[in-house]
Amino acid sequence: MTDYQEILEFLYSALASQNKKHLELTEDTALVADIGLSSLEVMEFIEKIEDHFDISIPLNILPDVNTIGDLAGKVKELNL
Amino acid sequence: MLFDKFKEMADFQVELARREVKPFGAVTEKIISATEGIVEGREVILAGTNNYLGLSFDARCIAKAQEAAGRWGTGTTGSRLANGSFSEHQALEDEIAAFYGVDHAIVFSTGYAATSGMCATLAGPGDVILLDADSHASIYAGVTLSGADIIRFKHNNPDDLAKRMRRLGDRAQDALIIAEGIYSMLGDVAPLKEIAAVKREYGGYLFLDEAHSMGALGATGRGAAQAAGIEDDVDFIAGTFSKSLGSIGGFCVSPHAELEAIRFCIKAYIFTASSSPSIIASTREALRIIAAEPGLRDTLWDNANRLYDGLKALGLAVGPTASPVVAVQMTDRSITIDCWKALLEAGVYVNMVIPPASPSTNFLLRNSVSAAHSTAQIDTIIAAYADLVQRGLLTPEQAA
Repeated sequence: MTDYQEILEFLYSALASQNKKHLELTEDTALVADIGLSSLEVMEFIEKIEDHFDISIPLNILPDVNTIGDLAGKVKELNL
Repeated sequence: MLFDKFKEMADFQVELARREVKPFGAVTEKIISATEGIVEGREVILAGTNNYLGLSFDARCIAKAQEAAGRWGTGTTGSRLANGSFSEHQALEDEIAAFYGVDHAIVFSTGYAATSGMCATLAGPGDVILLDADSHASIYAGVTLSGADIIRFKHNNPDDLAKRMRRLGDRAQDALIIAEGIYSMLGDVAPLKEIAAVKREYGGYLFLDEAHSMGALGATGRGAAQAAGIEDDVDFIAGTFSKSLGSIGGFCVSPHAELEAIRFCIKAYIFTASSSPSIIASTREALRIIAAEPGLRDTLWDNANRLYDGLKALGLAVGPTASPVVAVQMTDRSITIDCWKALLEAGVYVNMVIPPASPSTNFLLRNSVSAAHSTAQIDTIIAAYADLVQRGLLTPEQAA
Protein backbone atom coordinates (compact mmCIF):
# COMPACT_ATOMS: atom_id res chain seq x y z
CA MET A 1 0.00 0.00 0.00
CA THR A 2 1.33 3.40 -0.98
CA ASP A 3 1.19 6.40 1.33
CA TYR A 4 -1.11 9.26 0.25
CA GLN A 5 1.81 11.68 0.21
CA GLU A 6 3.83 9.35 -2.04
CA ILE A 7 0.90 9.17 -4.43
CA LEU A 8 0.68 12.95 -4.49
CA GLU A 9 4.39 13.26 -5.23
CA PHE A 10 4.05 10.84 -8.13
CA LEU A 11 1.08 12.76 -9.53
CA TYR A 12 3.03 16.03 -9.36
CA SER A 13 5.98 14.53 -11.21
CA ALA A 14 3.78 12.76 -13.77
CA LEU A 15 2.01 16.05 -14.52
CA ALA A 16 5.22 18.04 -15.00
CA SER A 17 5.33 17.67 -18.78
CA GLN A 18 1.65 18.63 -19.15
CA ASN A 19 1.85 21.62 -16.78
CA LYS A 20 2.30 24.10 -19.61
CA LYS A 21 1.18 27.07 -17.50
CA HIS A 22 3.91 26.24 -14.95
CA LEU A 23 1.44 26.32 -12.06
CA GLU A 24 2.60 25.42 -8.59
CA LEU A 25 0.80 22.10 -8.22
CA THR A 26 -1.07 21.40 -4.98
CA GLU A 27 -3.79 19.03 -3.84
CA ASP A 28 -6.33 21.68 -4.79
CA THR A 29 -5.10 22.18 -8.37
CA ALA A 30 -7.88 21.20 -10.79
CA LEU A 31 -6.79 18.90 -13.60
CA VAL A 32 -9.01 20.41 -16.29
CA ALA A 33 -10.04 23.85 -15.00
CA ASP A 34 -6.54 24.89 -13.82
CA ILE A 35 -3.99 22.82 -15.75
CA GLY A 36 -6.20 22.64 -18.83
CA LEU A 37 -5.80 18.95 -19.60
CA SER A 38 -7.78 17.83 -22.65
CA SER A 39 -9.85 14.65 -22.43
CA LEU A 40 -7.13 12.81 -24.35
CA GLU A 41 -4.43 14.12 -21.97
CA VAL A 42 -6.52 13.04 -18.98
CA MET A 43 -6.69 9.49 -20.35
CA GLU A 44 -2.91 9.45 -21.01
CA PHE A 45 -2.29 10.71 -17.48
CA ILE A 46 -4.62 8.06 -16.01
CA GLU A 47 -2.78 5.35 -17.93
CA LYS A 48 0.54 6.56 -16.54
CA ILE A 49 -0.84 6.28 -13.02
CA GLU A 50 -2.35 2.86 -13.70
CA ASP A 51 0.94 1.43 -14.93
CA HIS A 52 2.97 2.97 -12.11
CA PHE A 53 0.75 1.61 -9.33
CA ASP A 54 -0.32 -1.51 -11.29
CA ILE A 55 -4.01 -0.72 -10.87
CA SER A 56 -6.97 -0.02 -13.15
CA ILE A 57 -8.90 3.17 -12.48
CA PRO A 58 -12.57 2.65 -13.38
CA LEU A 59 -14.08 5.26 -15.70
CA ASN A 60 -17.11 5.59 -13.46
CA ILE A 61 -15.13 7.20 -10.64
CA LEU A 62 -13.74 9.97 -12.84
CA PRO A 63 -16.78 12.29 -12.63
CA ASP A 64 -15.97 12.68 -8.92
CA VAL A 65 -12.38 13.67 -9.65
CA ASN A 66 -11.63 17.35 -10.14
CA THR A 67 -8.39 18.03 -8.31
CA ILE A 68 -5.06 16.30 -7.88
CA GLY A 69 -6.08 15.57 -4.29
CA ASP A 70 -9.33 13.93 -5.44
CA LEU A 71 -7.34 11.67 -7.73
CA ALA A 72 -4.74 10.83 -5.09
CA GLY A 73 -7.56 9.79 -2.76
CA LYS A 74 -9.06 7.48 -5.40
CA VAL A 75 -5.67 5.95 -6.18
CA LYS A 76 -5.13 5.32 -2.45
CA GLU A 77 -8.51 3.54 -2.26
CA LEU A 78 -7.64 1.37 -5.28
CA ASN A 79 -4.10 0.67 -4.11
CA LEU A 80 -5.18 -1.26 -0.98
CA MET B 1 -27.49 28.59 -19.23
CA LEU B 2 -29.15 25.31 -20.09
CA PHE B 3 -28.45 25.60 -23.81
CA ASP B 4 -24.82 26.80 -23.62
CA LYS B 5 -23.43 23.31 -24.10
CA PHE B 6 -25.10 23.08 -27.51
CA LYS B 7 -23.55 26.26 -28.88
CA GLU B 8 -20.55 24.56 -30.51
CA MET B 9 -22.86 22.15 -32.34
CA ALA B 10 -25.22 24.96 -33.33
CA ASP B 11 -22.27 26.95 -34.73
CA PHE B 12 -21.10 23.90 -36.67
CA GLN B 13 -24.56 23.50 -38.21
CA VAL B 14 -24.50 27.18 -39.24
CA GLU B 15 -21.09 26.65 -40.86
CA LEU B 16 -22.39 23.63 -42.79
CA ALA B 17 -25.46 25.54 -43.93
CA ARG B 18 -23.28 28.46 -45.08
CA ARG B 19 -21.19 26.02 -47.12
CA GLU B 20 -24.40 24.44 -48.47
CA VAL B 21 -23.42 20.99 -47.31
CA LYS B 22 -25.49 18.51 -45.35
CA PRO B 23 -23.38 15.54 -44.31
CA PHE B 24 -25.55 14.76 -41.29
CA GLY B 25 -29.15 13.96 -42.03
CA ALA B 26 -28.89 14.26 -45.79
CA VAL B 27 -32.34 13.44 -47.10
CA THR B 28 -32.84 10.46 -49.39
CA GLU B 29 -35.70 11.33 -51.70
CA LYS B 30 -35.90 8.07 -53.58
CA ILE B 31 -34.41 4.58 -53.40
CA ILE B 32 -33.78 3.17 -56.87
CA SER B 33 -32.08 -0.04 -55.80
CA ALA B 34 -30.03 -1.35 -52.85
CA THR B 35 -27.08 0.69 -54.11
CA GLU B 36 -28.65 3.68 -55.88
CA GLY B 37 -30.85 6.50 -54.74
CA ILE B 38 -31.61 10.18 -55.01
CA VAL B 39 -30.02 12.07 -52.12
CA GLU B 40 -30.40 15.82 -51.77
CA GLY B 41 -31.61 16.01 -55.35
CA ARG B 42 -28.76 13.99 -56.87
CA GLU B 43 -28.76 10.46 -58.23
CA VAL B 44 -25.96 8.74 -56.34
CA ILE B 45 -24.31 5.42 -55.67
CA LEU B 46 -25.05 4.57 -52.05
CA ALA B 47 -21.70 3.82 -50.44
CA GLY B 48 -22.54 4.67 -46.85
CA THR B 49 -25.51 2.56 -45.88
CA ASN B 50 -24.16 -0.56 -44.07
CA ASN B 51 -26.39 -2.54 -46.42
CA TYR B 52 -23.68 -5.18 -46.64
CA LEU B 53 -25.64 -7.85 -48.48
CA GLY B 54 -28.06 -5.55 -50.30
CA LEU B 55 -31.09 -7.18 -48.71
CA SER B 56 -32.94 -3.95 -47.85
CA PHE B 57 -34.37 -3.93 -51.36
CA ASP B 58 -34.61 -7.67 -51.99
CA ALA B 59 -37.93 -8.57 -53.64
CA ARG B 60 -38.39 -11.63 -51.42
CA CYS B 61 -37.92 -9.63 -48.21
CA ILE B 62 -40.26 -6.89 -49.45
CA ALA B 63 -42.95 -9.46 -50.32
CA LYS B 64 -42.74 -11.02 -46.85
CA ALA B 65 -43.03 -7.59 -45.23
CA GLN B 66 -46.08 -6.71 -47.35
CA GLU B 67 -47.74 -10.02 -46.60
CA ALA B 68 -47.15 -9.63 -42.84
CA ALA B 69 -48.48 -6.05 -42.84
CA GLY B 70 -51.65 -7.31 -44.50
CA ARG B 71 -52.09 -10.10 -41.99
CA TRP B 72 -50.95 -8.44 -38.74
CA GLY B 73 -51.37 -4.72 -39.33
CA THR B 74 -48.77 -1.98 -39.24
CA GLY B 75 -47.62 -2.23 -35.62
CA THR B 76 -47.95 -4.16 -32.38
CA THR B 77 -48.74 -1.02 -30.35
CA GLY B 78 -47.20 -2.56 -27.26
CA SER B 79 -44.25 -4.02 -25.43
CA ARG B 80 -43.17 -7.63 -25.70
CA LEU B 81 -44.21 -7.98 -22.05
CA ALA B 82 -47.69 -6.68 -22.70
CA ASN B 83 -49.51 -7.26 -25.99
CA GLY B 84 -46.49 -7.03 -28.32
CA SER B 85 -45.33 -10.65 -28.57
CA PHE B 86 -46.73 -12.01 -31.82
CA SER B 87 -45.91 -15.45 -33.15
CA GLU B 88 -43.67 -13.68 -35.72
CA HIS B 89 -41.41 -12.42 -32.89
CA GLN B 90 -41.23 -15.84 -31.29
CA ALA B 91 -40.47 -17.48 -34.62
CA LEU B 92 -37.62 -15.05 -35.27
CA GLU B 93 -36.18 -15.73 -31.81
CA ASP B 94 -36.27 -19.47 -32.51
CA GLU B 95 -34.70 -18.97 -35.93
CA ILE B 96 -31.90 -16.67 -34.81
CA ALA B 97 -31.05 -19.03 -31.93
CA ALA B 98 -30.92 -21.91 -34.42
CA PHE B 99 -28.79 -19.81 -36.81
CA TYR B 100 -26.24 -19.40 -34.00
CA GLY B 101 -26.59 -23.01 -32.75
CA VAL B 102 -27.69 -21.95 -29.26
CA ASP B 103 -30.93 -22.34 -27.33
CA HIS B 104 -31.70 -18.80 -26.26
CA ALA B 105 -32.39 -15.54 -28.06
CA ILE B 106 -34.02 -12.19 -27.42
CA VAL B 107 -35.21 -9.90 -30.21
CA PHE B 108 -35.11 -6.15 -29.56
CA SER B 109 -36.68 -3.23 -31.39
CA THR B 110 -33.31 -1.74 -32.40
CA GLY B 111 -29.66 -2.76 -32.37
CA TYR B 112 -28.96 0.13 -30.00
CA ALA B 113 -31.53 -1.28 -27.57
CA ALA B 114 -29.97 -4.74 -27.83
CA THR B 115 -26.41 -3.72 -26.95
CA SER B 116 -27.22 -0.91 -24.53
CA GLY B 117 -29.94 -2.97 -22.85
CA MET B 118 -27.79 -6.05 -22.42
CA CYS B 119 -24.75 -4.07 -21.22
CA ALA B 120 -26.86 -2.10 -18.75
CA THR B 121 -28.38 -5.26 -17.32
CA LEU B 122 -25.79 -8.05 -17.34
CA ALA B 123 -23.44 -6.32 -14.86
CA GLY B 124 -24.56 -4.26 -11.89
CA PRO B 125 -23.16 -2.47 -8.85
CA GLY B 126 -20.22 -4.42 -7.45
CA ASP B 127 -19.49 -6.10 -10.80
CA VAL B 128 -16.76 -5.11 -13.19
CA ILE B 129 -16.85 -4.55 -16.95
CA LEU B 130 -13.80 -4.46 -19.24
CA LEU B 131 -14.60 -2.92 -22.59
CA ASP B 132 -12.57 -2.15 -25.69
CA ALA B 133 -11.82 1.58 -25.76
CA ASP B 134 -13.33 1.94 -29.25
CA SER B 135 -16.65 0.35 -28.33
CA HIS B 136 -19.83 1.70 -29.92
CA ALA B 137 -21.76 4.50 -28.21
CA SER B 138 -24.59 2.09 -27.38
CA ILE B 139 -22.16 -0.04 -25.35
CA TYR B 140 -20.83 2.99 -23.48
CA ALA B 141 -24.41 4.12 -22.82
CA GLY B 142 -25.30 0.69 -21.45
CA VAL B 143 -22.32 0.19 -19.20
CA THR B 144 -22.75 3.69 -17.79
CA LEU B 145 -26.27 2.77 -16.71
CA SER B 146 -25.16 -0.55 -15.23
CA GLY B 147 -23.62 0.84 -12.05
CA ALA B 148 -20.68 -1.56 -12.46
CA ASP B 149 -17.01 -0.56 -12.37
CA ILE B 150 -16.05 0.26 -15.96
CA ILE B 151 -12.48 -0.39 -17.10
CA ARG B 152 -11.32 0.30 -20.64
CA PHE B 153 -8.66 -1.76 -22.35
CA LYS B 154 -6.71 -0.46 -25.34
CA HIS B 155 -8.42 -0.99 -28.66
CA ASN B 156 -7.82 -4.48 -30.08
CA ASN B 157 -5.05 -5.05 -27.52
CA PRO B 158 -5.37 -8.46 -25.79
CA ASP B 159 -2.16 -7.85 -23.80
CA ASP B 160 -3.70 -4.77 -22.20
CA LEU B 161 -6.86 -6.76 -21.48
CA ALA B 162 -4.77 -9.51 -19.86
CA LYS B 163 -2.90 -6.96 -17.73
CA ARG B 164 -6.16 -5.51 -16.49
CA MET B 165 -7.68 -8.94 -15.82
CA ARG B 166 -4.59 -9.86 -13.77
CA ARG B 167 -4.95 -6.66 -11.73
CA LEU B 168 -8.52 -7.64 -10.84
CA GLY B 169 -7.43 -10.74 -8.95
CA ASP B 170 -10.44 -12.85 -7.91
CA ARG B 171 -12.86 -10.30 -9.39
CA ALA B 172 -11.75 -11.39 -12.89
CA GLN B 173 -13.76 -14.61 -12.51
CA ASP B 174 -17.03 -12.69 -12.82
CA ALA B 175 -15.86 -9.84 -15.04
CA LEU B 176 -17.80 -9.01 -18.20
CA ILE B 177 -15.48 -8.54 -21.18
CA ILE B 178 -16.97 -6.57 -24.09
CA ALA B 179 -15.62 -6.50 -27.64
CA GLU B 180 -16.96 -6.12 -31.17
CA GLY B 181 -16.45 -8.27 -34.25
CA ILE B 182 -15.80 -5.60 -36.90
CA TYR B 183 -15.44 -2.07 -35.51
CA SER B 184 -17.87 0.23 -37.23
CA MET B 185 -15.72 3.25 -37.99
CA LEU B 186 -12.43 1.84 -39.35
CA GLY B 187 -13.63 -1.65 -40.21
CA ASP B 188 -10.88 -3.38 -38.25
CA VAL B 189 -11.55 -6.89 -36.91
CA ALA B 190 -11.05 -7.80 -33.24
CA PRO B 191 -8.26 -10.30 -32.40
CA LEU B 192 -10.81 -12.70 -30.96
CA LYS B 193 -8.56 -15.75 -30.71
CA GLU B 194 -6.27 -13.82 -28.38
CA ILE B 195 -9.16 -12.24 -26.44
CA ALA B 196 -10.70 -15.70 -25.94
CA ALA B 197 -7.33 -16.96 -24.69
CA VAL B 198 -7.29 -14.19 -22.06
CA LYS B 199 -10.75 -15.23 -20.96
CA ARG B 200 -9.67 -18.86 -20.71
CA GLU B 201 -6.71 -17.85 -18.54
CA TYR B 202 -8.45 -15.46 -16.16
CA GLY B 203 -12.16 -16.36 -16.36
CA GLY B 204 -15.00 -13.94 -16.89
CA TYR B 205 -17.78 -13.72 -19.46
CA LEU B 206 -17.38 -12.58 -23.05
CA PHE B 207 -19.99 -10.34 -24.69
CA LEU B 208 -19.49 -9.77 -28.39
CA ASP B 209 -21.25 -7.22 -30.60
CA GLU B 210 -21.40 -8.62 -34.14
CA ALA B 211 -23.41 -5.71 -35.58
CA HIS B 212 -21.05 -5.13 -38.51
CA SER B 213 -19.72 -8.69 -38.84
CA MET B 214 -22.88 -10.78 -38.87
CA GLY B 215 -23.51 -11.80 -42.45
CA ALA B 216 -20.05 -10.60 -43.47
CA LEU B 217 -17.74 -13.03 -41.66
CA GLY B 218 -17.74 -16.73 -40.80
CA ALA B 219 -18.42 -19.89 -42.77
CA THR B 220 -22.19 -19.52 -42.36
CA GLY B 221 -22.26 -15.77 -41.73
CA ARG B 222 -22.46 -15.82 -37.94
CA GLY B 223 -19.69 -13.27 -37.70
CA ALA B 224 -16.18 -12.74 -36.36
CA ALA B 225 -16.39 -15.32 -33.57
CA GLN B 226 -17.23 -18.01 -36.09
CA ALA B 227 -14.44 -16.84 -38.38
CA ALA B 228 -11.97 -16.98 -35.47
CA GLY B 229 -13.21 -20.40 -34.33
CA ILE B 230 -13.93 -19.22 -30.78
CA GLU B 231 -17.74 -19.39 -30.59
CA ASP B 232 -17.56 -21.76 -27.62
CA ASP B 233 -15.78 -19.02 -25.65
CA VAL B 234 -18.49 -16.44 -26.25
CA ASP B 235 -21.23 -16.09 -23.64
CA PHE B 236 -23.40 -13.50 -25.39
CA ILE B 237 -23.56 -12.38 -29.01
CA ALA B 238 -25.51 -9.24 -29.80
CA GLY B 239 -26.22 -7.85 -33.22
CA THR B 240 -28.52 -5.84 -35.40
CA PHE B 241 -31.03 -6.43 -38.15
CA SER B 242 -30.32 -3.03 -39.70
CA LYS B 243 -27.16 -3.92 -41.59
CA SER B 244 -26.72 -7.29 -43.32
CA LEU B 245 -30.38 -8.17 -42.72
CA GLY B 246 -31.62 -4.93 -44.25
CA SER B 247 -34.39 -4.03 -41.80
CA ILE B 248 -34.27 -2.71 -38.21
CA GLY B 249 -34.03 -4.35 -34.81
CA GLY B 250 -31.50 -6.18 -32.71
CA PHE B 251 -30.86 -9.45 -30.95
CA CYS B 252 -28.87 -11.21 -28.29
CA VAL B 253 -28.21 -14.95 -28.33
CA SER B 254 -26.59 -17.08 -25.66
CA PRO B 255 -26.02 -20.68 -24.63
CA HIS B 256 -26.89 -19.63 -21.05
CA ALA B 257 -30.42 -20.52 -19.93
CA GLU B 258 -30.28 -17.47 -17.66
CA LEU B 259 -30.94 -15.29 -20.72
CA GLU B 260 -34.63 -16.13 -20.28
CA ALA B 261 -34.62 -14.51 -16.83
CA ILE B 262 -32.40 -11.64 -17.93
CA ARG B 263 -35.01 -10.84 -20.61
CA PHE B 264 -37.44 -9.68 -17.92
CA CYS B 265 -34.88 -7.33 -16.35
CA ILE B 266 -33.90 -5.32 -19.46
CA LYS B 267 -35.58 -1.93 -19.47
CA ALA B 268 -34.76 -1.37 -23.16
CA TYR B 269 -36.78 -4.54 -23.88
CA ILE B 270 -39.62 -4.04 -21.40
CA PHE B 271 -40.45 -0.39 -21.81
CA THR B 272 -40.64 -0.01 -25.57
CA ALA B 273 -42.96 -1.26 -28.28
CA SER B 274 -41.95 -4.38 -30.14
CA SER B 275 -41.02 -4.31 -33.82
CA SER B 276 -43.82 -4.20 -36.34
CA PRO B 277 -44.63 -7.63 -37.81
CA SER B 278 -43.63 -6.52 -41.31
CA ILE B 279 -40.12 -5.76 -40.04
CA ILE B 280 -39.91 -9.13 -38.32
CA ALA B 281 -41.14 -10.95 -41.43
CA SER B 282 -38.59 -9.34 -43.74
CA THR B 283 -35.85 -10.04 -41.18
CA ARG B 284 -36.82 -13.72 -41.06
CA GLU B 285 -36.61 -13.91 -44.83
CA ALA B 286 -33.24 -12.13 -44.88
CA LEU B 287 -31.89 -14.55 -42.27
CA ARG B 288 -33.03 -17.45 -44.44
CA ILE B 289 -31.27 -15.89 -47.45
CA ILE B 290 -28.02 -15.36 -45.54
CA ALA B 291 -27.98 -19.04 -44.59
CA ALA B 292 -28.97 -20.25 -48.05
CA GLU B 293 -26.79 -18.00 -50.20
CA PRO B 294 -23.17 -17.93 -48.98
CA GLY B 295 -22.15 -16.50 -52.35
CA LEU B 296 -23.40 -13.10 -51.17
CA ARG B 297 -20.50 -12.97 -48.70
CA ASP B 298 -18.01 -13.83 -51.43
CA THR B 299 -19.32 -10.98 -53.58
CA LEU B 300 -19.23 -8.60 -50.61
CA TRP B 301 -15.57 -9.41 -49.97
CA ASP B 302 -14.65 -9.15 -53.65
CA ASN B 303 -16.13 -5.65 -53.62
CA ALA B 304 -14.54 -4.75 -50.27
CA ASN B 305 -11.10 -5.83 -51.47
CA ARG B 306 -11.53 -3.93 -54.73
CA LEU B 307 -12.48 -0.67 -53.01
CA TYR B 308 -9.83 -1.02 -50.29
CA ASP B 309 -7.07 -1.76 -52.80
CA GLY B 310 -8.23 1.06 -55.08
CA LEU B 311 -8.23 3.71 -52.35
CA LYS B 312 -4.97 2.44 -50.91
CA ALA B 313 -3.36 2.67 -54.35
CA LEU B 314 -4.31 6.37 -54.38
CA GLY B 315 -2.18 6.77 -51.25
CA LEU B 316 -5.14 7.43 -48.97
CA ALA B 317 -5.03 6.55 -45.27
CA VAL B 318 -7.43 3.59 -45.15
CA GLY B 319 -7.77 1.13 -42.25
CA PRO B 320 -5.32 -1.65 -41.41
CA THR B 321 -7.01 -4.36 -43.48
CA ALA B 322 -9.65 -4.72 -46.17
CA SER B 323 -13.15 -4.84 -44.74
CA PRO B 324 -16.76 -4.09 -45.73
CA VAL B 325 -16.11 -0.75 -44.01
CA VAL B 326 -13.41 1.23 -45.82
CA ALA B 327 -12.69 4.51 -44.06
CA VAL B 328 -10.39 7.24 -45.32
CA GLN B 329 -8.83 9.02 -42.36
CA MET B 330 -8.42 12.80 -42.55
CA THR B 331 -6.87 15.37 -40.26
CA ASP B 332 -8.64 18.57 -41.36
CA ARG B 333 -12.35 19.14 -40.79
CA SER B 334 -12.78 21.76 -43.49
CA ILE B 335 -11.10 19.62 -46.17
CA THR B 336 -13.18 16.62 -45.08
CA ILE B 337 -16.37 18.64 -45.56
CA ASP B 338 -15.24 19.82 -49.00
CA CYS B 339 -14.38 16.27 -50.04
CA TRP B 340 -17.70 14.88 -48.79
CA LYS B 341 -19.55 17.54 -50.79
CA ALA B 342 -17.44 16.89 -53.89
CA LEU B 343 -18.09 13.15 -53.67
CA LEU B 344 -21.83 13.77 -53.48
CA GLU B 345 -21.64 16.08 -56.49
CA ALA B 346 -19.75 13.32 -58.30
CA GLY B 347 -22.61 10.93 -57.55
CA VAL B 348 -21.20 9.05 -54.56
CA TYR B 349 -22.84 9.16 -51.13
CA VAL B 350 -20.51 8.25 -48.24
CA ASN B 351 -20.62 8.96 -44.49
CA MET B 352 -18.72 11.86 -42.98
CA VAL B 353 -17.62 11.18 -39.41
CA ILE B 354 -16.27 13.72 -36.95
CA PRO B 355 -14.84 13.22 -33.44
CA PRO B 356 -16.00 11.93 -31.00
CA ALA B 357 -17.86 9.53 -33.32
CA SER B 358 -14.51 8.64 -34.88
CA PRO B 359 -12.13 6.68 -32.65
CA SER B 360 -9.37 9.33 -32.63
CA THR B 361 -9.02 13.03 -33.38
CA ASN B 362 -9.22 12.18 -37.09
CA PHE B 363 -12.15 12.85 -39.40
CA LEU B 364 -13.41 10.08 -41.64
CA LEU B 365 -14.87 9.65 -45.07
CA ARG B 366 -16.47 6.31 -44.31
CA ASN B 367 -17.48 4.01 -47.14
CA SER B 368 -19.48 0.82 -46.64
CA VAL B 369 -19.52 -1.82 -49.33
CA SER B 370 -22.42 -4.01 -50.43
CA ALA B 371 -22.63 -7.33 -52.21
CA ALA B 372 -25.16 -5.53 -54.39
CA HIS B 373 -22.59 -3.06 -55.70
CA SER B 374 -21.50 -3.85 -59.23
CA THR B 375 -17.83 -3.84 -60.14
CA ALA B 376 -18.54 -0.75 -62.22
CA GLN B 377 -20.03 1.03 -59.21
CA ILE B 378 -16.98 0.23 -57.07
CA ASP B 379 -14.77 1.57 -59.84
CA THR B 380 -16.90 4.73 -60.04
CA ILE B 381 -16.39 5.28 -56.29
CA ILE B 382 -12.63 4.84 -56.68
CA ALA B 383 -12.65 7.20 -59.67
CA ALA B 384 -14.49 9.83 -57.63
CA TYR B 385 -11.75 9.73 -54.99
CA ALA B 386 -9.07 9.75 -57.71
CA ASP B 387 -10.66 12.90 -59.12
CA LEU B 388 -10.44 14.57 -55.70
CA VAL B 389 -6.74 13.73 -55.59
CA GLN B 390 -6.19 15.02 -59.16
CA ARG B 391 -8.02 18.27 -58.40
CA GLY B 392 -5.87 18.78 -55.31
CA LEU B 393 -8.88 18.66 -52.98
CA LEU B 394 -7.61 15.50 -51.34
CA THR B 395 -3.95 14.62 -51.06
CA PRO B 396 -2.40 11.68 -49.30
CA GLU B 397 -0.69 14.13 -46.94
CA GLN B 398 -4.06 15.43 -45.80
CA ALA B 399 -5.10 11.97 -44.71
CA ALA B 400 -3.09 10.53 -41.85
